[in-house]
Amino acid sequence: MLSVFEKKNGILRFEKKLSISPLSYLIVLIISIILALAVGAIFIRINSFDPLEVYQFMFESSFGSAYGISETIVKSIPLMLSGLGVALAFRMLLWNIGAEGQIYMGACAATAIALYFPRLPSGIMIPAMLLAGFVGGAIWSLIPGIMRARAGVNEIITTLMLNYIAILWVNYLVFGPWSDPASFNQPITPKFPVSAMLPTLPGSRIHMGIFLGLVFAIVLYLVLTRTRWGYEIRVTGESESAAKYAGINIVRNIMLVMLVSGGLAGLAGMAEVAGVLGRLQQSISPGYGYTAILVAILGKLNPLAVVIVSFLFSSLLVGGYAAQTIGVPAAIVSMLQGAILFFVLAGEFIARFRLRYERRGN
Amino acid sequence: MEQATVEMRNITKRFPGVLANERVNFKVNAGEVHALLGENGAGKTTLMSILCGLYRADEGEIFIKGKKVSFSSPRDAINMGIGMVHQHFRLVRPFTVAENILLGSNDAGFILDMDRVEKNIKNFSKKYGLKVDTKAKVWQLSIGEQQRVEIIKILYQGADILILDEPTAVLTPQEAEELFKVLQQIAQDGKAVILITHKLNEVMSVADRITVLRNGKSVATVEKEKTDIHELTKLMVGREMPEVKKTEDFSPGGVVLELKNVNALNDKGYPALRNFSLSVHEGEIVGIAGVAGNGQRELTEVINGLRLTESGEIFILGKNMTNRPAQEIIDAGVAFIPEDRLGMGLVPNLNILDNIILKSYRKGPFLKGSFLDWLSIRKRAESLIEEFEIKISDLYCPVKTMSGGHLQRLLLSREVHSSPKLIVAVYPTRGLDVSAVEFIHHVLLAQRAKGAAILMISEDLDEIFKLADRIAVIYEGRIMGIIPAKDADLRKIGLLMAGVDRGGEIAC
Repeated sequence: MLSVFEKKNGILRFEKKLSISPLSYLIVLIISIILALAVGAIFIRINSFDPLEVYQFMFESSFGSAYGISETIVKSIPLMLSGLGVALAFRMLLWNIGAEGQIYMGACAATAIALYFPRLPSGIMIPAMLLAGFVGGAIWSLIPGIMRARAGVNEIITTLMLNYIAILWVNYLVFGPWSDPASFNQPITPKFPVSAMLPTLPGSRIHMGIFLGLVFAIVLYLVLTRTRWGYEIRVTGESESAAKYAGINIVRNIMLVMLVSGGLAGLAGMAEVAGVLGRLQQSISPGYGYTAILVAILGKLNPLAVVIVSFLFSSLLVGGYAAQTIGVPAAIVSMLQGAILFFVLAGEFIARFRLRYERRGN
Repeated sequence: MEQATVEMRNITKRFPGVLANERVNFKVNAGEVHALLGENGAGKTTLMSILCGLYRADEGEIFIKGKKVSFSSPRDAINMGIGMVHQHFRLVRPFTVAENILLGSNDAGFILDMDRVEKNIKNFSKKYGLKVDTKAKVWQLSIGEQQRVEIIKILYQGADILILDEPTAVLTPQEAEELFKVLQQIAQDGKAVILITHKLNEVMSVADRITVLRNGKSVATVEKEKTDIHELTKLMVGREMPEVKKTEDFSPGGVVLELKNVNALNDKGYPALRNFSLSVHEGEIVGIAGVAGNGQRELTEVINGLRLTESGEIFILGKNMTNRPAQEIIDAGVAFIPEDRLGMGLVPNLNILDNIILKSYRKGPFLKGSFLDWLSIRKRAESLIEEFEIKISDLYCPVKTMSGGHLQRLLLSREVHSSPKLIVAVYPTRGLDVSAVEFIHHVLLAQRAKGAAILMISEDLDEIFKLADRIAVIYEGRIMGIIPAKDADLRKIGLLMAGVDRGGEIAC
């Protein structure tokens, strides 16, 4: 404890609190964004741009027009779905950092349905692709899940390594067996039939995926706070020995949570190919699965907060793409993301201290 | 007047939300064993951590041999001749005794002359009657021997002010007696020995003077010759303590728990329980006495389905429950008060409501379909809080913010609410203040009167003598003997705890 000012009748001290309220967290988040923008400004300045102009341009691009807002929403969908998956796993201290690979495998499985059964009516096609997307991602996270649950293999390493396999597997497919003969050897599959495309809001690119994201956020929130299974996840995440003591089946829950976590990321991949791209191609995700980790952490693993943070981060992405068009390096987006995380972590620490005035003599 | 070796004046130390020490005055003279007595949480360890440079006081002054000092690190304190033996030893286990002792002393040049060092150490240990094998590796030593190494290490560093933090917690009564002789010898040599403890009989047998701390304040310093246990209790607790009395009519019913030749391994894969057989009856409290680390943890874990047995059988109410999952054992009516209350018995970051349902969330009144019924959970929590007089600031605060005594009340309230057939209680009152201890003893005896079978593991022999109907002594994972409490005496139990059976042979 530090005494900062000694005065005549008392002392001002820093006192540490155990936790911070949601409101103070929100304040920390806002201040962090401002500070991150300030740091970013230095680098924009070094690149001989006017930071204010760039930020204004970025803001206008992501929020200033109907098109901008719709792009922001479109880009938030994969972040939201995979962010929810990551948040669920992190709740149980399962460090699934393989959302990126799970997105690819979900996209790949959904694409298989669209390519091999092109004649299915959309009423069957879409549910089948959703299921395939979920299963594709789920299998990809269940492998490390089983290894972790049964043999204690570190899931950080396995999920990360499986990312590369998934990305290369999709590369193989789009360069080879699934490559569109009409594409002159471009790494893309043929265009999906219309029946395999997610419906969009008229006049925009916003597709059904957004409802998936919002519904899953609410469902996940209710599961975690209201249900037996959610209770088991919370207990296990807080203390494994308490979970064992309570007779909770940890092995089964690890596998189940990993499965759902990867399944949600898989849905994100399905939504990208069936909602935005209309085909499978190389690099369908610009690192959504990694950004999802930031989204989950900044959302404090709360499903509803994950929704909000994914909008925030997708607006950064959209603004960043726009900034590129006027010559600002694309790296500015990753830098701002990193800086926000840095300031939030530091801010959370600082927010635990409060200044207190203490009278002398009692 | 003689100058005090250590004088601490008006020491105040705050931690977040806690005033650990408030204007404490503490004076120790050379040549005395001075006990620092107080309940857990009274601020003893904090005060001594300030003296040995681990913490800095917010206010107050420290004088060593009349000189005002200000420590910014333990190194400063060591240089002033202050050394502390902590509850958890700070030894390098793969190193030899001599190497450990050398560590942190100034007796080492660039090239180590181990022969000379070992000779020096031997002289030392002879002088104070501290027997150790300098060439043995620390991991090979018993706890008592490791403690001796710690003491020699501190003396070797040139300390003439020794602080020992609850040194007997890990010792058998015989080992403790031996330690006291050593401490008195060290004091006679003109050094000051400070003994942190909450055990009154210990204080009466070894201390010359006693300073009592209560709620972070120093309430009195008394000479042993001029005081008695009764007065010390009053000083320590701040009021008179009524005795919890066991109803003497002991009429045990049928067998509730039966272990037959159970063998189990510890986490390292070594045998922890060897041919362990024991039964506990309805309406009976069986106390397990033993030095910590002799298989107690493993015993409770195999009973509760948290550890697999290698061989042998466990019956609960006549049903074979060997190696059944924890959930089935909970459902069979077994309550478990684990050693690790906050972390195993309770989830630190979750609130009271979440913790109340830890054992019962699966079924019953708290579940509607797959959904938890928070309203009825809340009602249950409120009724338990009232019945067990649990002090909390808010139902929705993480339980880690609660005090130790109230945490244990919460845990106990949850465990006994379901009218368990068997209660396994591990160190149920460790670290609690006297009023919480009294309350918990009261609850356990009430459960016994209701017909519950209770298996109690405790390191506090007084507690075992007070509550148990039968006392089983555990040593290296086997039962050394089971003695009806009315026939037991401290000496007999102590010998069994040390692995000496009735024939005077050491069991191995």
